[in-house]
Amino acid sequence: MTGRLSHRLMLASAAPVAAVVIAVVLSSIVLLISGSNPLAAYADMVQHASKLETQVDILNRATPLYLSGVAAAIGFRMNLFNIGVEGQYLLAFIVSAHLGAQVELPAVFHIAFILVVAMAVGGAFSGAAGVLKVTRGVNEVISTIMLNAVVISGLAAWWIVEWQAGGEISATGGRVGTEPIAESGLLPNINSWLEVFTREIELGKKLTGMLVVAVAVGVVYHVILNRTVFGFDLRSSGANPTASHVGGVSPKRMVVIAMTLSGAVAGLVGMTELMNTGYYPSNPISLLGFTGIAVALLGRNHPAGVAVAALVFAFLDVSSGILQISGAASREIVEIMKGVIILTAVIAYEVVRRIREREEAAAAAAAMAASPAAAS
Amino acid sequence: MALAIELTGITKRFPGVVANDDINLEVAEGEIHAICGENGAGKSTLMKILYGMQPPDSGTIKIGGEVVELHSPAQAIDLGIGMVHQHFMLADQLTVLENVILGAEPMRSFGRIDFDAGREHLDEVGQAYGLDINADDLVETLEIGERQRVEIIKVLYRGAKILILDEPTAVLVPQEVDELFRNIRELKASGATILFIDHKLDEVLEIADTITVLRQGRTVGTVKPTDVTAHDLAEMMIGSELPVPDAGASTVTEEVALAVDGLRVIGEGDRAVVDGVSLSVHRGEIVGIAGVEGNGQAELVNAIIGLDDPDAGTITLLGREITHFSVRSRREMGLGYVPQDRHRDGLLLGFTLWENSALGHQTEAPYSRGPWLSRTGMRDRASRIKADFDVRTPNIEVSAHALSGGNQQKLIVGREMVAGPAVLIANHPTRGIDVGAQAAVWDDIREARAQGLATLLVSADLEELIGLSDTIVVMLRGRLVASLDPNEITPRDLGAYMTGAALETDVA
Repeated sequence: MTGRLSHRLMLASAAPVAAVVIAVVLSSIVLLISGSNPLAAYADMVQHASKLETQVDILNRATPLYLSGVAAAIGFRMNLFNIGVEGQYLLAFIVSAHLGAQVELPAVFHIAFILVVAMAVGGAFSGAAGVLKVTRGVNEVISTIMLNAVVISGLAAWWIVEWQAGGEISATGGRVGTEPIAESGLLPNINSWLEVFTREIELGKKLTGMLVVAVAVGVVYHVILNRTVFGFDLRSSGANPTASHVGGVSPKRMVVIAMTLSGAVAGLVGMTELMNTGYYPSNPISLLGFTGIAVALLGRNHPAGVAVAALVFAFLDVSSGILQISGAASREIVEIMKGVIILTAVIAYEVVRRIREREEAAAAAAAMAASPAAAS
Repeated sequence: MALAIELTGITKRFPGVVANDDINLEVAEGEIHAICGENGAGKSTLMKILYGMQPPDSGTIKIGGEVVELHSPAQAIDLGIGMVHQHFMLADQLTVLENVILGAEPMRSFGRIDFDAGREHLDEVGQAYGLDINADDLVETLEIGERQRVEIIKVLYRGAKILILDEPTAVLVPQEVDELFRNIRELKASGATILFIDHKLDEVLEIADTITVLRQGRTVGTVKPTDVTAHDLAEMMIGSELPVPDAGASTVTEEVALAVDGLRVIGEGDRAVVDGVSLSVHRGEIVGIAGVEGNGQAELVNAIIGLDDPDAGTITLLGREITHFSVRSRREMGLGYVPQDRHRDGLLLGFTLWENSALGHQTEAPYSRGPWLSRTGMRDRASRIKADFDVRTPNIEVSAHALSGGNQQKLIVGREMVAGPAVLIANHPTRGIDVGAQAAVWDDIREARAQGLATLLVSADLEELIGLSDTIVVMLRGRLVASLDPNEITPRDLGAYMTGAALETDVA
């Protein structure tokens, strides 16, 4: 039995390990062709990542990527391609920044208020695409892409002007954005949590408190998906909508709920920045929504897998900075590595899936042959 | 006589199943050769191999005496093999001529289609083989039988000398079958070789020159229709002796479990596909619904399950009107369902067996408690289903697609039975499964009936209907046209009711 278990574990880990190994090999070839020393580049990246401050950067980057990845994963589990995470988080970002600045509440309630507004806005906006799909048959890919445009070049561009803060809004001055949220509405950094294990974090780096929220979202996602009837409905409806419908799950209802939940998590993506700076700037952090799709893909929509994928992407993103500084390689190499990792992961997962399928079928056939033949 | 086709030792495996196991087949030139076998006997796989759609794992194919390796249908067509699929592949909005030349267009200069040449060639083909069709009719205006003729002409147009017809009669009404047989005989007279796949024995005996029977992927034998009876053929198809579905003593009670009253379902084109259907199923009773496929049985079942909303009439389950209830609330009230298409409607193929054993019952104990799933409850139930319903599997952790069709079906039947339903809708419950699994399913239904289960059985297997049912109703064009006593009816008579022939004589 332990032999079987280790065999299964091996199969499960084979794909991601193979993906990373192949990605490293291919990236090395690219580096060599471009005249850089791959070993020097990797050494720079690893050495940089071993610093505590870099690790804080990685976690800060991984947090919104993870939330974005989970948002996409919820959609994927229901066979929905929510490509609108980008628009959903930007809309949630600006609305919650604006409303958060309008109220004064005790800290806990103020923070909760902002997060709930963000989730509600993201959920409603994404849910609209779900409603369009089930009532009018509009493909969610089309509608969410169009809703992205509505937010990015429409609502957000309009509201940033409408809600523009008067006067200087930051110490450095000159920046534009919405009215800053009072201190009570900002999630404190959790440097002290990390410092318990190591030394003091320097260079003014602050580990985002949203990391805790992201972990909580991951746990809730896992529990709901795997341990509740609703999660079973969602997974079954995504895997086979007709059989699931026959089994009592309304596919239309699941589409709307899944899109809403996906959007609600998407709404949290921008909170890492908001909880740090306290306002929606004229140039908010962007493209997290699209990267989240890749993160979900690499993490196979699994809560832990998406976490690993988010960390890998965050590590690469943060490394691009040091490569530029050290000059060991062009910073664009990390983009190539991301692409190669995703491609090889997709292929490796498929290969492993086929191997597993074949093994199962063979085992089932063996069981058929071993047991006494039926009336045939 | 020269052999048009010679297959030797053809073997084809799919995960968990050997579809073709060392099959040998010899088809003489210019004959009508029928391939018979149950669903799942390997007929379709063999034909796909012959048509180049799938390569065999081993074995040789000889066409006209030459060994060939087929990799694509295009290659098969070049060798003069044409296939008429069971499901027509025609573009409704195009004319007959356009459909026929589609993909084999005669061209003029500058990439223009030479319709005149196409029409000429079409007429030649039609005349040569005695197939009558108007080249300018839109396909959407044609009857089913005419569409089939277009499919045949399409194949002949491409120069096919060997025609594979995959269950050509499945979609036809009896008059159209006669017309088809007339066409087939003319094709033969014009020198074509016909491979005819079917499992309707009377038809096979009527049309074929030679019959090859397949069973569980193997060739059982090749016979002449003059030497055998339908009963002999059936035994060859099924194995040693025919298992007889026999319901045993009646257990029908007075208590109505399921009642359908004046049910009407409007389908595409504002046509009533279920038209004023009323029936009731008592506890301990099996009511069989007979009918040629496509006469409203599927829509009736969907309305009872709750997948489709009926336009008029009521459905009552255990005394409560459920006409517009959700599928889930009906299921929770004790409605069990064995679907016709297990892959589409019954299973989550990529999920484990224990997850599949909860599908449709996930809101009920022991599969869940409140909003929480109970993995132990699901696994316990799955183990019980595996043991009690003889699901052959190494363990319950494998995914559903690893099982053979019969075992998948036993899992579904087991899942519905352990949930202790009050009413079971069994929609072709033994379609496409082997005889052993079939007998097991019959036993399960019989046993549950003795415990008071009310069953609505929809089946195309007339022996099964007559053997299991306490009452048989016949569905024709959306209506229930007859209610029959299974003790007093033969499959032949039942068939006459299903096609409406018996009704016409009654009136006359």
